[in-house]
Amino acid sequence: MANPIEQFKIKPLIPLEVGGVDISFTNSAVMMVIAVVLVTAFLTLSVRSRALVPGRWQSMAEVFYEFIAGMLRDNVGSAGRKYFPFIFTLFMFVLAGNLLGMVPGAFTYTSHVIVTFGMAIVVFIGVTIIGFARHGTHFLRMFFPEGAPLATAVILVPIEVISYFSRPFSLAVRLFANMTVGHIILKVLGGFVVALGVFGVVPFAFLGAVTVLEFGIAMLQAYVFTILSCIYLHDAIHMH
Amino acid sequence: MPQFDPAFFAPQLFWLAVTFITLYVLMAKVALPKIGAVLDERQRKIDDNLDKAAQLKAEAEAAVAAYEKALSESRAHAHSVIKEASERLAKQAEERTRELNAKLAEQIKAGETRIAAAKDAALNNVREVALDVAGATVARLVGGAADQAQLEAAVAAALKEAGQ
Repeated sequence: MANPIEQFKIKPLIPLEVGGVDISFTNSAVMMVIAVVLVTAFLTLSVRSRALVPGRWQSMAEVFYEFIAGMLRDNVGSAGRKYFPFIFTLFMFVLAGNLLGMVPGAFTYTSHVIVTFGMAIVVFIGVTIIGFARHGTHFLRMFFPEGAPLATAVILVPIEVISYFSRPFSLAVRLFANMTVGHIILKVLGGFVVALGVFGVVPFAFLGAVTVLEFGIAMLQAYVFTILSCIYLHDAIHMH
Repeated sequence: MPQFDPAFFAPQLFWLAVTFITLYVLMAKVALPKIGAVLDERQRKIDDNLDKAAQLKAEAEAAVAAYEKALSESRAHAHSVIKEASERLAKQAEERTRELNAKLAEQIKAGETRIAAAKDAALNNVREVALDVAGATVARLVGGAADQAQLEAAVAAALKEAGQ
């Protein structure tokens, strides 16, 4: 049986090093580049005809646009409009990573905690900067809600601080863990199918069901990652 | 797990940054404005068409109102024409009747005059015949000519008695 961890291995394809830092072009980077190319191609070619009555592809592009625009509008309000390109990019990048990972033999870059953490920390730092830029030191009120009795500060402030600083970790770990576990399950089930021979039909049926589930999770986790970013953005812009 | 091997953190973060920023620029500068333009264009067209529909509806309503006004005006005009014509005809008929009446009255009057003249003439004839007959009768009975004046008075008295 193949090692289920094998699929997460990073393979440097073009070794590069700048200033002592390893920036090799790896299989992970290949998938990221493919994701960028596919997403850009999909979203630009589909609306090339600029049809008044959209075709199949144009409808899909418009659905993505309006889905994210609606999410941002509902969760952040009109003040969030200028962050629309970032939130949209975030969603498409995560979604493309998750879905490309479902291609057999492909590498899933969202199953690497450093990638998800990289995006999560950008969201976290960005949101914190936006919060301080809009509210100044008043943004520190985040950690101690208005109207709460002063005596509760001893408990409330540490809780709020911990919950605030755990945001990037929960955001990163949620996506990474979902992707990693899903792919391990698929690999293990696939191993069973091969190992059991004729009786492999039983795990094979199960594998089919789990594959459908994994597609659902791939989309759901992209949605969750994006909507949590929207909620954090809302907190920074409107406070509690 | 390879995920926790710090040796692969740097290259992954580097390429994440490169690809993510590339995608961001492509989305912000190319894809999203395009899709947004298509959606705006559609919204604008829908709004335009709605405006146009409202305008056409207003025009149709104005046309209906104008039509109804014209209809009621022409109906009133027709009424007045009919009234005028019937009044004129009634007047003409009345005039003609009056003329006819006058003519008939004149003719009746002329007839009556003629009848009266004929009656007078006839009465004169009767008187002369009566005078002759009376003269002859007196002459036969008395055997001489009768007094003409007495005869005339007697005949006149008899005629008066019979005539009335």
